[in-house]
Amino acid sequence: MKIDTCGTSCPQPVLMTKNCLKKNPDEIEVIVDNNTSKTNVKKYLISQGYSVDIDTQEDISIVKGQK
Amino acid sequence: MDNKIKEIKESVPFFESKKGIILAGGIVGAIAVLLVVLGNPKNMGFCIACFERDIAGALGLHRAEIVQYIRPEIIGLILGAFIMSVAGKEFKSKGGSSPITRFFLGIAVMIGALIFLGCPLRMVLRIAGGDLNAIVGLLGFAAGIGIGIIFLNKGFSLKRNYKTSTFDGYIMPVFSLGLLVLLIAAPAFIFFSKEGPGSQYAPIYIALAAGLIVGILAQKTRLCMVGGMRDKVMFNQNYLLLGFLAIIVVAAFGNMLTSNFKLGFTEQPVAHTDGLWNFLGMALVGWGSVLLGGCPLRQLILAGEGNSDSAVTVMGMLVGAAVCHNFSLASSGNGTTPNGQIAVIICFVFLLVISVANSSMIKKNN
Repeated sequence: MKIDTCGTSCPQPVLMTKNCLKKNPDEIEVIVDNNTSKTNVKKYLISQGYSVDIDTQEDISIVKGQK
Repeated sequence: MDNKIKEIKESVPFFESKKGIILAGGIVGAIAVLLVVLGNPKNMGFCIACFERDIAGALGLHRAEIVQYIRPEIIGLILGAFIMSVAGKEFKSKGGSSPITRFFLGIAVMIGALIFLGCPLRMVLRIAGGDLNAIVGLLGFAAGIGIGIIFLNKGFSLKRNYKTSTFDGYIMPVFSLGLLVLLIAAPAFIFFSKEGPGSQYAPIYIALAAGLIVGILAQKTRLCMVGGMRDKVMFNQNYLLLGFLAIIVVAAFGNMLTSNFKLGFTEQPVAHTDGLWNFLGMALVGWGSVLLGGCPLRQLILAGEGNSDSAVTVMGMLVGAAVCHNFSLASSGNGTTPNGQIAVIICFVFLLVISVANSSMIKKNN
């Protein structure tokens, strides 16, 4: 699953991630465009039992979670 | 399986850790106590609402003579966040997420705060001073956050922001520097209180340094009074709540050391005992802050990071403060005013309209 949270601010990115996790995906990719969102999404995914890998490009990061 | 819950062991930056936010909250609490010792009004080491109201008065936007002063703490908060965000490559000019809605939400939040007599940060500092009226405020704050969360879960959003012109983000830091120049030069057209809370302040450069330090810490940790409860309820995340609690613990301890702790409802500094309106005032602040995505402190920090949506919110709060004193909405130590009570009701209706209009209850693919 892939979601794009660019341009949204607290707490939308984590809320969007939470709504996606309701379907219990094995993999999720969350595109974020600021550090705050990146950290919050990362922490949330870890708290939900995902291992997290972050791929940072110029202005955006892709937070990848795997069960 | 071990590797199933394998946590990537990249080093967690200190200020993203629980220890980091507890330390930051503790420092904020200690600085607040120190500012009171050095001259700020009691239980008002920091108050974003009161200080913005004082600035509005100094600029002549209202003429309440006892609350006029350019508070260096506000200048420091914006500049501290600006410096830190530039250093951390987080500074970005962005905006365009329903700015006029945010402007009016800023007015509503200011009205709620001046009914209670304090922003969420001052509410915390009042609790730490033993002011039980602030506990009533806290209950209202939690109720307001609860209402806001209901709408967040129903898809409330003020829509995304966009990149703005590079210079757009520098406007607020430059504006802060302008305020600093006006404070130091003190030209005749700037008003400074001769008595009352506006005449009580810590030395300029100490207050500025205090603002800078807290601005830096708040930028690094994303300290937010409304985020603490919101994230606990919505995501079961404790991080921001720990900062909130650390401020209370350290400030309470500091107040006891400096003989500024007094437990009770009556005769509390810059406070009133009207429980219903303390509750409703902070409920308004809690609800409005959830819709805005952060408390008044957080709005200042984001404004320093180049976010013009938050800058517009800060401007809304400045105007809201002027409205409060020009229309006799603001409370005083004697309690609330009839106008203030009516304004709170109007603001609740406004928040309800904004909440419903921007949630998926009636939102189509617009």
